Amino acid sequence: MTPQLTTWSFFTDHRAEILGATLDHLTLVLIAMFFAILIAVPLGMLIVERRVLRTLALGVASVFQTIPSLALFGFLIPIPFIGGIGRRTAIVALVLYALLPILRNTYVGLSGIDPAVLEAAEAMGMTSVQILFRVRLPLALAVILAGIRTATVITIGVATIAAAIGAGGLGTFIFRGVAMVNDAVILAGAIPAALLALLADLLLGLLERRLKVV
Amino acid sequence: MRTAVAAAPMAFSPSVGCGTCAKDAPKFGVGRLDALRCSLPAAGLSIEMNAKLASPEPVSIDFRGVSYQINVIPARPIVSKLSLIVLRGETLVLLGRSGSGKTTLLRLINRMLLPSVGQVLVDGQPTSTWDPIRLRRGIGYVIQEAGLFPHFTVAENVGLVPGLEKWSAPRTAARVEEMLQLVGLDPQEFAKRRPRELSGGQRQRVGVARALAADPPILLMDEPFGALDPVTRSELQREFSSLARRLGKTIVFVTHDIREALLLASRIALLESGRLVAVATPHEFPRLDHPEVQVFTASLAAVPGAPA
Repeated sequence: MTPQLTTWSFFTDHRAEILGATLDHLTLVLIAMFFAILIAVPLGMLIVERRVLRTLALGVASVFQTIPSLALFGFLIPIPFIGGIGRRTAIVALVLYALLPILRNTYVGLSGIDPAVLEAAEAMGMTSVQILFRVRLPLALAVILAGIRTATVITIGVATIAAAIGAGGLGTFIFRGVAMVNDAVILAGAIPAALLALLADLLLGLLERRLKVV
Repeated sequence: MRTAVAAAPMAFSPSVGCGTCAKDAPKFGVGRLDALRCSLPAAGLSIEMNAKLASPEPVSIDFRGVSYQINVIPARPIVSKLSLIVLRGETLVLLGRSGSGKTTLLRLINRMLLPSVGQVLVDGQPTSTWDPIRLRRGIGYVIQEAGLFPHFTVAENVGLVPGLEKWSAPRTAARVEEMLQLVGLDPQEFAKRRPRELSGGQRQRVGVARALAADPPILLMDEPFGALDPVTRSELQREFSSLARRLGKTIVFVTHDIREALLLASRIALLESGRLVAVATPHEFPRLDHPEVQVFTASLAAVPGAPA
């Protein structure tokens, strides 16, 4: 039997299982992205005008990004409340991983606005809150979304490793395949993960184009 | 009677008067506006004089011994010990080279900056005690790049301050239409466009319409026509000159172009390295005996046959 045929038959035989793992994977990513956006976007707004906080926040987020993902999952296990084996720990790790691209793009988007526009806004008597919500955020939205897009694609990939600490998802197949030295099983996890990432990239890219105002 | 304001160098020094009407000075508290016009730039207004002024107050903006410097070491003053009065309804042009402190003076008026020393009074009240938001809503501001909001349509740009001031939607809409017509843009054609769909000249027109929308008594303009091509620039200068006369607003206009200053100003204040070196009407200005004035006047003659 050729390898292609083995892979194909594995896919058809385990359809339901693969679909279930894909949905688990997607849920994991969506929950992680929800919290990452919830933390990183407001934090990004906060650091626009505060240099010390900015250096600190971007520095810390960069450090998380440099920790190898498998190690990060491992480090979190012994930590009380957020740690342990399972999905919660995985989500915490994924959030930490997704922070940097969103945070950095929020900051870059908000601070990269034409100074003449901001000067006019201030001179016209807009309050700083009005400037943030009516000028800065709408103009930065496309850049912020680009950060969310990058973070989503990264998270879909990293989430496969979450299976190592028992969080489920498509990584389950990959780890199992590696242990069994069976390419078909590895591909059963890898192909849907890759498709998910491509799809997310495509959809968010379309949204980004629509939100680009200038 | 507007000729007397040639309050030459060190305009805030009380000893520099204006020959023709110095004798009237003691009387001007009782409302002799002409006497006031020529005395004020020379003398700076003392508090007692201010108290005696009949309302409506003829002084719109009053710089009193203003210095501004940023806190670097050594601190280099951007504006130093400057006193200057802008009368209600006049167009005062601040003329000077790049870095002479013109823009800083504008930003001191709407409290984008606060003076390091001295006070800037707007309608008799120091900017330091004004609520910056209230102060700025009463001051229109036009800058070189227009600074239009790229995500807003022309109508939304122009209607922004009325909207912030909680005008009703129909009133704002009517006002937007009126303003666009005022600056020579057909509302039908332009209201729904975005700034990137406009030419440079059209953008500046929208910038002026936006600044005037909430009918502020004061208009600050920072080289508004500086980035335009020469033909469009002179077209806008001519139109704005007649518009300014009709509006009767207090206008402080920053430029480094003496031709523009002579065309638009009721008085020209010349700045050099943060100091006020001369205040004069366009008529008198070229004749002033000051090296910096002559530098500017010479630049006027530099292009043979160019219209002044």
